[in-house]
Amino acid sequence: MDLSYGPEYDAFRADLQAFLSQSWPPHGNEADLDARQQQQHFISKAVAAGYMHRNILAKYGGSEQPADPLREAIIGEEMEASGAPWRLGAQGVGMIVPTLLEVGAEWQREQFVEPTLKGEYVWCQGYSEPGAGSDLASLRSTARLEGDEWVINGHKIWTSDAQDASYMFGMFRTEPEAAKHAGISYLLLKMDQPGIDVRPLRQLTGAVHFNEVFFDNVRTPANWIVGERGQGWQVARVNLKYERNLGGGGHTRRSYHALVDLARRTTRGGRPAVEDPEIRDRLAAIECRVRCIETSRMRSLSAVANREEDKVGLSMLVGKLYQTDTSELIVRLAYDLIGSDGLLAPTDATWGIRSQGRSSDWVDQYLFSLGGAIAAGSSNIQRNIIGERGLGLPRDLRAS
Amino acid sequence: MHFGLTEEQDLLQNTVRDFAASEVPAARLREIFEEGSGYDDSIWRAASEIGVTGLFVPERYGGVDLSLLDLALVFECLGEYAVPGPFLGHSLATLALVTGGSDAQRERWLPGLASGEIIGSFAIAEGDAIWDPEDWALRIEGGVASGAKDFVEHATGAKLFVVGASDGQLALVEADADGVSVTATEGLDRTRSLGRVSFDGAAADVLPGGPAAADAVADAGRILLAADAFGGAWKLIRATVEYTLTRVQYGTPVAQFQGVKHQLANLAAEAEPMRGLIWYAAHAFDHIEKERAHSAAVAKSHITDGAVDIARACVELHGGIGFTWECDVQFWLKRALFDRTWLGSPAWHRRRIANLGGL
Ligand SMILES: Cc1cc2nc3c(=O)[nH]c(=O)nc-3n(C[C@H](O)[C@H](O)[C@H](O)COP(=O)(O)OP(=O)(O)OC[C@H]3O[C@@H](n4cnc5c(N)ncnc54)[C@H](O)[C@@H]3O)c2cc1C
Repeated sequence: MDLSYGPEYDAFRADLQAFLSQSWPPHGNEADLDARQQQQHFISKAVAAGYMHRNILAKYGGSEQPADPLREAIIGEEMEASGAPWRLGAQGVGMIVPTLLEVGAEWQREQFVEPTLKGEYVWCQGYSEPGAGSDLASLRSTARLEGDEWVINGHKIWTSDAQDASYMFGMFRTEPEAAKHAGISYLLLKMDQPGIDVRPLRQLTGAVHFNEVFFDNVRTPANWIVGERGQGWQVARVNLKYERNLGGGGHTRRSYHALVDLARRTTRGGRPAVEDPEIRDRLAAIECRVRCIETSRMRSLSAVANREEDKVGLSMLVGKLYQTDTSELIVRLAYDLIGSDGLLAPTDATWGIRSQGRSSDWVDQYLFSLGGAIAAGSSNIQRNIIGERGLGLPRDLRAS
Repeated sequence: MHFGLTEEQDLLQNTVRDFAASEVPAARLREIFEEGSGYDDSIWRAASEIGVTGLFVPERYGGVDLSLLDLALVFECLGEYAVPGPFLGHSLATLALVTGGSDAQRERWLPGLASGEIIGSFAIAEGDAIWDPEDWALRIEGGVASGAKDFVEHATGAKLFVVGASDGQLALVEADADGVSVTATEGLDRTRSLGRVSFDGAAADVLPGGPAAADAVADAGRILLAADAFGGAWKLIRATVEYTLTRVQYGTPVAQFQGVKHQLANLAAEAEPMRGLIWYAAHAFDHIEKERAHSAAVAKSHITDGAVDIARACVELHGGIGFTWECDVQFWLKRALFDRTWLGSPAWHRRRIANLGGL
């Protein structure tokens, strides 16, 4: 065991901290810009300094740095700690960019990657349909090639950020005669065009972050396909891999600290709740799980840095389910701590865990945590994956 | 940065697994369990030969001079095979001498302990719940000990007791000294025997390292119990996977049923994230003193609690056969219950976590 990163990395961290204290929060003229512009400025500085989009070639807008998982980890830690807006839309930078870099055509990389990295293109993910959720390959929205265009018809649902998106990547049935998985293609399309109808869906929390998207003879150029016809399922698997990578461990620690703060501010029997034996017991039990997540993350990082990925396969496989269960314990305790304020309407704290000050923010988090057990492979689907790939148990019997 | 095992550590675990597989096959484990002595001379000797009894002991006293992390990795394997024997008490007695003994005391005892010729034990509990050094009441005055200790591992066979006394002192008492009397207790976990040791003016040799060593040894014990429970938990999950793949009901292996698959997946999802807790706590014991107590309490409370839950589910997944005395699953259930209880309950450790973590 060697938990130190070494002097070279300590120096890297110090430089990064200096960079961050210079560039965030913005000062001078930049302080007057709107949030989106501030973010774009910050990101372009971070890319120029080699702190973001490191594994992406300069010609696609990346900073083209040698692969180095420890530096990546340090950047993640310090960016999070600084509060800088370094996270861009998950669907764009997190999913379609790595997918295009892995399996996209050269012109697609040139056209789409750089503006996405700069936050100019916002993407949404058109996978789920009313009849196709966990069983995604049963999707029925179609695309038919007419001349040099695809003509798309159908209905997507739960599409996060579709209301703001400039583009969608999605799966559509292009080979109606082919078997279930083999009939799907992976297409890109412009959201701002006739025939697309985005209807907001209000979430359990009251906020509007996902939508239904209806397609009525929507068009996209014939070459806006990623991979070959009928290979959409394989392309999506590349993409799902990146979706799973998105859930890091850093959030859980911050969320736990916010919970401890809450326990200090709220009272039980006239004393701070944090002094109550039952609350202390529950906090300590949660802390143990947070330590499990943190040390599992250390294992993964070490495995990647030392080329021992085979040793953490199972650990990675159980990560999402464990994270979901731990987040649930945190918000359940928080809900108990806020007491009768649990009757208040939730405030829209938006994605992520930024503003957990007010009780109503915790109501929002309490409800929001339920999404974790559903989105990106529900907990039952995770259990199937762990059982089948992790433990070698038989696959479910499937209705034919 | 490397948060993983070295090749030497992989090798160490393989060596212990090979030893356990050949010395403690299922039939032998069953025999020892039925006898209830919790001890087998040939197993103890074979373990000594591969260095298990002196793993943490400096080379000049005949040991292997490895770290607590290495010892924890060994305990994971002992737990996996439910290896019978007083490894815990012996290791803690040895650790007490290494960390708190005088040169003369080490010279006198460590070579015999390292070779396994002398079996040591760690006698600390008083009454039903007093595991904490702060609460020890046994008195040592004028070089003699008076009081009694419960739940002492291998009390009837150990030659040397490291005894916890008031003010967190530790002292050596030889089992055959005048004033020492030992009675066996019928324990739940029949792979590890327990007894009560009474000291009625028995000669006691106080360790100069005293209270600091007592705290360190207790932390080491917490980590080793966690490692034992962790090894057992994975053993049971694997065994239950095997069982459900072979047990046929409704014309299909029961593993085919999603209810069974999901129960097992939940167990794996609970178990695997525990691994880093043990590594971290053992590493902190070896290298990060200020985090030692907290991370040991985290490992002990979380893992021994979880291992019992896992064992209970594995009994259930074996059906009626799981509820019988003949089914081996009970070895690990009972071992997990021992690991959970010895040195204090998970809830008691969570109180410590809250206090140590500044809540
Ligand atoms: C906050 C949020 C954001 C989302 N964003 C997007 C997005 O941007 N783009 C997009 O395409 N989709 C998005 N989704 C949709 C998400 O991917 C689906 O909700 C998810 O895949 C589950 O599908 P479903 O809702 O149809 O549930 P169903 O598949 O109908 O599942 C219903 C229940 O049955 C269980 N179940 C299903 N199959 C099995 C099985 N084989 N074994 C055991 N249990 C099973 C599930 O676990 C679940 O509990 C989002 C969802 C949420 C909650």
